[in-house]
Amino acid sequence: MIPELGHFALILALCLSCCLAVLPMVGVQQQRASLMMLGGALSSGVFIFCALSYAALTWSFMVDDFSVSYVAANSNSALPAHFKFSAVWGAHEGSFLLWTLIMAGWTFAVACLSRSLTLVMRARVLAVMGFLTVGFLLFMLLTSNPFTRSLPVPPQEGADLNPLLQDVGLIVHPPMLYMGYVGLSVPFAFAIAALLGGRLDSAWARWSRPWTNAAWAFLTIGITLGSFWAYYELGWGGWWFWDAVENASFMPWLVATALIHSLAATEKRGVFKSWTVLLAIAAFSFSLLGAFLVRSGVLTSVHTFAVDPERGVFILGFMTLVVGGSLLLYALRAGRTHTVVAFDYLSRETLLLINNVLLVVATLAILLGTIYPLIYEALMGGAKLSVGPPYFNAVFVPLAMLLLVAMAISPGSQWRSGSVGRLLRRQWLYVPLSLVVSTAVLSGYETFSMGTAIALVLAVWVLFNLIEDLWRHIANKRDKLRAIFAQSPSWYGMWIAHLGIAVAVVGVAMTEAFSEERDVRMEAGDVVSVAGYDFRFDGVRLAEGPNYVADRGAVFVTRNGTPVVTMFPEKRRYLARGNVMTEAALHGSILRDLYVALGEPVGDSAWAVRVHVKPMVRWIWFGGLLITVGGLITLADRRYRHRLRREAVVGAELAT
Amino acid sequence: MNARSLFVPLGIFLALVVTLAVGFRLDDPHKLPSELIDRPFPAFSLPSLADQAQTLTEASLTGEIALVNVWATWCAACVIEHPELMRIAREEGLPIYGINYNDDVDKARQWLVRYDNPYRTVIVDGEGRLAIDLGVYGAPETFVIDEKGVIQYRHVGVVSRDIFDTTLRPVIDVLRSRQAAIEPS
Repeated sequence: MIPELGHFALILALCLSCCLAVLPMVGVQQQRASLMMLGGALSSGVFIFCALSYAALTWSFMVDDFSVSYVAANSNSALPAHFKFSAVWGAHEGSFLLWTLIMAGWTFAVACLSRSLTLVMRARVLAVMGFLTVGFLLFMLLTSNPFTRSLPVPPQEGADLNPLLQDVGLIVHPPMLYMGYVGLSVPFAFAIAALLGGRLDSAWARWSRPWTNAAWAFLTIGITLGSFWAYYELGWGGWWFWDAVENASFMPWLVATALIHSLAATEKRGVFKSWTVLLAIAAFSFSLLGAFLVRSGVLTSVHTFAVDPERGVFILGFMTLVVGGSLLLYALRAGRTHTVVAFDYLSRETLLLINNVLLVVATLAILLGTIYPLIYEALMGGAKLSVGPPYFNAVFVPLAMLLLVAMAISPGSQWRSGSVGRLLRRQWLYVPLSLVVSTAVLSGYETFSMGTAIALVLAVWVLFNLIEDLWRHIANKRDKLRAIFAQSPSWYGMWIAHLGIAVAVVGVAMTEAFSEERDVRMEAGDVVSVAGYDFRFDGVRLAEGPNYVADRGAVFVTRNGTPVVTMFPEKRRYLARGNVMTEAALHGSILRDLYVALGEPVGDSAWAVRVHVKPMVRWIWFGGLLITVGGLITLADRRYRHRLRREAVVGAELAT
Repeated sequence: MNARSLFVPLGIFLALVVTLAVGFRLDDPHKLPSELIDRPFPAFSLPSLADQAQTLTEASLTGEIALVNVWATWCAACVIEHPELMRIAREEGLPIYGINYNDDVDKARQWLVRYDNPYRTVIVDGEGRLAIDLGVYGAPETFVIDEKGVIQYRHVGVVSRDIFDTTLRPVIDVLRSRQAAIEPS
C-alpha cells in the first residue's frame, strides 16, 4: 500500500509541477498578479508530494518490502539500518527520485527566500524550475519508476546493496553532488527569466550570486567526498581517475567557478552580461549532460547505472529541448544588451576575463576528451577507444597553472583601472620567497619533476598574496585583531576558497611526486620498508560482519623502531551477492597517509600485500573542504538581502 | 557583440547532441543485429532437458512457426515473464522451444516442476555455445522463427502481454498469412 501511495504522490507532484510550469507564465502574459502569485503555493505542493513519495520509498526499504523490485534489487534484510536508508539512492531509480526531490527542494527554497524579487521575475523563475521538474518527474514515471512491484511472486530476500556503496562516505556523497548539480538550475532559471524579460542588469546578477555560490559549494563537497571515497574504497590508492563520470561532475564545477567570477564582475561593474548569462545556461547544461552520460550507459565507467536505451533517449530529448531552447533564446535575446562600461587592460575585469577563458577552455578540453570515444566510434564505424589520464593531465595541468598565476596576482588588482606597477607591487618579494620556501620543502627529496616544483612555487606564491590581501584589509585599522573579524562574508569566502585551492594544489603536487608504493608477497612475520616506515605482516584471521565474512590481516607499523600503528586491511566477501571487496586500511595524518590493502592469497600462508605511503594526500580533500566552507560563508553576506528589499518594486515590470 | 556569433553556442550544442545521439544509437543493445534476420537458426547438437540421452539439432525446431526462449534458473526476470509464456503456449497455439542457458540441469528440472512447463522441448546449452552463436546478451531473450527455422525477429528482455501484442504478434501474423498463401489448406 505504501509504495502505491508513493507512486500516487509522484503523479500528484507531476500534476502540480505542470501547473507551476504554466500558470505563472500565463499570469505574466496576461498581467494577472493572482496567477503569478500561484508560484509559491505550487512550489510547496510539488515539494511536499515529492517528499512524501521519497518517504514512501525509504519506508519500503526500512521494512524490507521485497515485493518492490527496486528494494529487492538493492537491499537485504541483513543490511544495517543506516545502509538501508542510503540504499534508497543506491541505484538509478531511487537516486533519480532523490534528484527530483532535491529539484523540488531548491524550487521551494527559491519560493521561500525570494519574496523580495519583483513579482514578474519570481513568477518566471519558478515557472522555469517547474518546467524542469515536469521533465524529471515524467522521466521517472515513464522510464524509471522506483515503486514497480514484482508480483505475484515477490522474492523472499533482497539481492543486497552493491558492496561498493556500503560505506559511510557514500551515504553523503550523492546527495551533496545532486544538491550541486540540481542547484545550478537556480542560476539557470534566473538567466532564462532575465532573458525572457529582456533585462540583464546588476540586480539579476545579485539575485543569482548567493544561489550560484550555494550550488557550487555543494558541488565542491560532493566531488571532494567522491574523490576521498574512491581513494579509500576502491583499493587502488588513487584519488582522481579522469573517469567519464568524474569528468561529468568536474565540468559543471569548472563552468560554475567561471560563473561565480563572471557574476561578480557583472554585479559590481555591469560588464560581461551576455557572457554571464551564457555561463549560467552552460553550467546547468553540463549538469544535464552529466546525467545523460551517467544514466544512459553511453560511456562505460565504474559509476554508470544499468543500460537502458529508453532512458537515454528521454534524457537526450529533454536535454535537447531545455538546452537547445535556452541557447536559442540566448541567441535571439542576448544581443539586445549593450555594455558601454570601459575598463583597463590591467584591471580586475581583465583578470576575471582571463580566469573565465581559462576555465572554459579547460572545460571544453575535458568535454572533448570525455566524448572523443563517441566521436571516434561514430566516425570509425564502431571501433572502441578510450582517452586516458595522459591526455587530461596534459591539457588540464598547464591551464590550471595559468589559473594559479591569475589567482596569485588578482588580490592586488582593482576594478576598472590598473597598472603594471600596482599589479606587481610586491611580487619582486613574493616570487623569490616562494622559490625559497619551495626549495626548502623539496630539498628533503632526491628527485622531483619540474611540474611538481612549479605547482608548489605557484601555490606558495598564491599564499603570500592572500596573506598580503589580509594585511591590506586591516593595515589602516587601529584594532587589527578586531579588524580581522570585521570583514564582509564575501571577502572571507573568497579568501578561504582561494586558500583551499592553494592547499589542494600542494596536496596534489606532493602526492603525485613523492608517493611510494610496493606490491609484495608477505608471510606472517615478514617486514617491508617503504619511505622510512617498516610494515610487519602478522598474518590473516577470519572476521565476521553483519552481511559479510572477511579475511582480516594485521600489519604492525614502526618507524625507526618506534611503534606507529597496527593496521587491519580486509578482504570481504559479501554473502548475498558473493562479491569480494578490498577494504584498505588507512592511517592518516597531516603530513602522510599509510595505506595497506590485501591482495590475493599466494600459496598456503602468504598474501599479496600492497603498501603505499602518500605524503600530504589529505591536503587535497582538506583544500576541497576549505573551498566549500568559503562558498557557504558568502551566503551570510547581508548585502544580498538588504539591497534586494530596497529594489523590490512589485509590479513595476508589469507596465513594460 | 556580433548578432551572428550569439548562435555559436547553439551550434556547438547541436553538434554535441548529434554526436551523442549517434554514439548512443551505436551502443543500443536492443537493436537487432542485422546479420541474424532471415538467417537459418545456427547449427547445434545438444541434449534435451527431459531426456539427456536424446540429441536435439536445428532440424528439431522446424515445421511450425514458433518462439525460441532463452532462460535460466538464475534469471529473476525469467520468473516474471513465465506466466506470459504459459499463456502463449496455452492460448496462442504457438509452440515455445526453450534454451536452458548456462545452468544446472537438476535445478532447471525443479524450476519447471515448481513453476510449470511452457516449453515443447528444452535444449540444454550448458556451456552457452548456442547462445553465443545467437548473440545472446543475457536471459531472457526470445526469437521468432518461421516453419523452416529461419529467424524472423529477436526480442531482448521480458516478454509481457503488452510486448507480445504490440511487437511479436504482428511478426507472427505476417508469417502466418505468408504461410497460408504458400500452402492453402
